[in-house]
Amino acid sequence: MKNARVGLLLALSLMITAPAFAAPDQDQIEKGHKVYDKWCFPCHGTGLGKPGTDSLAARGQKPAVLEERTDLTVPAIKTFVRHGVLFMPMFRKTEVSDADLDAIAAYLTRNNKP
Amino acid sequence: MRLPPGVSSADFADAIKQFQDAVGKEWVFTSDEDVDLYRDSYSPFWHEDEEPIPSAAVAPDGVEQVQAVVKIANKYKIPLWTISTGKNLGYGGSAPLLGSSVVLDLKRMDRILEVNDKNHYALVEPGVSYFDLYRYIQDNNLKVWIDPADPGWGSLIGNAVDRGGGRTPMRDHFDAHCGMEVVLPNGEVMRTGMGALPGSKTWQQYRYGFGPYVNGMFSQSNLGIVTKMGFWLFPEPEAYLTGTVSVPKRDDLGPLVAGLAYLMNSSIVLGTTSVASPLNFLRGDAELAALRAKPGGPSTQELEHYLQEKNMGYWSIELPFYGPAKVVAAQWEYAKEKFSGIEGATFKEGTLHRFPVDPKELPQFQNSVAVGIPSLSVFGVGGTRSEGHVWFSPIVPMTGEAVLEAQQVFADAYKEMGMSIGPLFFLGPASNYPRCFLVLFGFPIEHDVEKNKKNRENFKRLIKVAAEHGWGEYRTHTAFMETVMDTYSFNNHALRRFHETVKDALDPNGILSPGKCGIWPKSMRKASA
Ligand SMILES: Cc1cc2nc3c(=O)[nH]c(=O)nc-3n(C[C@H](O)[C@H](O)[C@H](O)COP(=O)(O)OP(=O)(O)OC[C@H]3O[C@@H](n4cnc5c(N)ncnc54)[C@H](O)[C@@H]3O)c2cc1C
Ligand code: HEC
Repeated sequence: MKNARVGLLLALSLMITAPAFAAPDQDQIEKGHKVYDKWCFPCHGTGLGKPGTDSLAARGQKPAVLEERTDLTVPAIKTFVRHGVLFMPMFRKTEVSDADLDAIAAYLTRNNKP
Repeated sequence: MRLPPGVSSADFADAIKQFQDAVGKEWVFTSDEDVDLYRDSYSPFWHEDEEPIPSAAVAPDGVEQVQAVVKIANKYKIPLWTISTGKNLGYGGSAPLLGSSVVLDLKRMDRILEVNDKNHYALVEPGVSYFDLYRYIQDNNLKVWIDPADPGWGSLIGNAVDRGGGRTPMRDHFDAHCGMEVVLPNGEVMRTGMGALPGSKTWQQYRYGFGPYVNGMFSQSNLGIVTKMGFWLFPEPEAYLTGTVSVPKRDDLGPLVAGLAYLMNSSIVLGTTSVASPLNFLRGDAELAALRAKPGGPSTQELEHYLQEKNMGYWSIELPFYGPAKVVAAQWEYAKEKFSGIEGATFKEGTLHRFPVDPKELPQFQNSVAVGIPSLSVFGVGGTRSEGHVWFSPIVPMTGEAVLEAQQVFADAYKEMGMSIGPLFFLGPASNYPRCFLVLFGFPIEHDVEKNKKNRENFKRLIKVAAEHGWGEYRTHTAFMETVMDTYSFNNHALRRFHETVKDALDPNGILSPGKCGIWPKSMRKASA
């Protein structure tokens, strides 16, 4: 939705004018969180009726919620999003742009140990 | 690079360049990596040459850009396959029917042009999803409900033009629309209904305008590209109540469904419900398995007795009521009165929910879609290891006799095809559409050529079996459109011939979605069999 997008751009531009003491990729992580909430959370979130989480839990994956993982790599995330897996379809660039995907990957790897 | 049928590589290169001039270079996708994202994730043709992969994709942002693309496509006779959000999983995803078509991706056109909560309607562009519109309504605190399809990432327009369905009183999505803007195959823009009157004040209030009502011709069709569409919305109701009616005997299905039909056709129940039997979800129960293993299977009395012991009815229906709290309570009272004529009928009242709903109550909804809140929870329907499915979706009469007959006919057909009902799932019969039942079978898709081939054959067989019994599909996957249209054959395919006449008149170059619903442009039409 355009309005939301404009809102997001505004928010981002405000952040850019803020003092630059935040970690360099914090904006990226926050943007990733937003894109993730829109496109991924309905399947991979917590709570009832989250089929991606249910599938990973049934496979024995711990934790089953993607946002709690510390082992996902950037290339793996990109591969899953652009190729799909099981009933998760691949995403087109008009849905999740390359820049959006970079941001999602930054978000999902934010807690990885270096 | 793949080339659309009959288009030279020089022409295609010129066309691509012109598409780029029209929509911007970054919105024309030609690399395999980008174009492959338009493949149908649930394709029944994985790893087969027959899979219809597009040659390119173009993503305009605005009706003028759509017009420009259509004009270029006409010049070079390039087939365009339109998608709104392209989430038509189970019916073709974002892939074209004809391989090497160019996908016209309208996802970027995602403006919400108006939401009115006094006269309860919205006007949107094709890229607006149910999630988008829901969020907009919440953010602006508007007192209207949307009616999402089960997958919330689909679009109001894509879903409605494919005549999809939801669960609330506005569940027949094509029926809920009011007013369209369409780019015709020659690139001209047309508005339908009151939208044809310049400065009209009632485009989203009065459907028909003046003269022949043409909107149906843009549903499941290849005659135009819908660029705006109005939808009637349900005023946020005060309350939602469900009540479950259970009946003890197999033969009670007739009166149970007759009661349902009466309540629905009298506008007392307005929502999606389905006929359920515990025999479906008790499949894993050892006692039931033992009964089923008996030579000749269990008798009806044995099954009825088995369920009675478990304190369960043979059939049940959960009735949804939407409206003022007093009214829904009275409707449920009346429904109980209506069904109490069935001996042994039992009634169970659900929780009454009031709106706006407290987020804490949300987990209590088995499916939030029934209260207008979009979700993707339905993707669990095929089990956690599912690789996707295609839907077999015939319409049957809303009678108990028809449901029993359909059950028998399809069970026999599966047996004959050597398929077990195990990996399949069966939903419904459901009242997504007024006056009839929709039955849904999910055919699993696998990344295994032989299994998919067999499944496709079986699918076609089911289409024929259904047609032999007078049941037709309401919609189908691109792979089966021709087969389904073949069954709508009254008077030597008069309906298809009519569509072909219109197609030839409006789209002489055959550029819009060739083959959609078995309707081909003249140049690609096979000599009719
Ligand atoms: C698990 C599961 C559950 C589902 N449940 C439901 C359900 O409850 N109800 C339901 O209806 N469907 C359901 N579906 C099917 C499907 O996912 C939805 O109908 C979905 O909304 C369709 O995708 P879309 O809205 O992105 O439309 P699109 O994919 O964009 O388009 C759908 C069709 O309309 C045509 N079209 C799209 N836009 C235009 C346009 N602007 N002009 C002309 N033609 C156009 C396309 O060519 C295509 O044939 C389900 C699918 C799955 C996998
Ligand atoms: C329709 C539901 C659905 C949506 C939406 C969805 N996924 Fe998935 N996802 C799944 C399923 C199912 C799996 C496979 C789980 C399994 O292997 O059991 C999966 C797997 C993954 C995996 C691999 C995890 C692993 O350990 O194997 C990643 C990474 C992933 N998804 C990322 C995403 C991202 C990022 C998004 C949003 C852009 C997204 N998914 C959206 C359903 C979904």
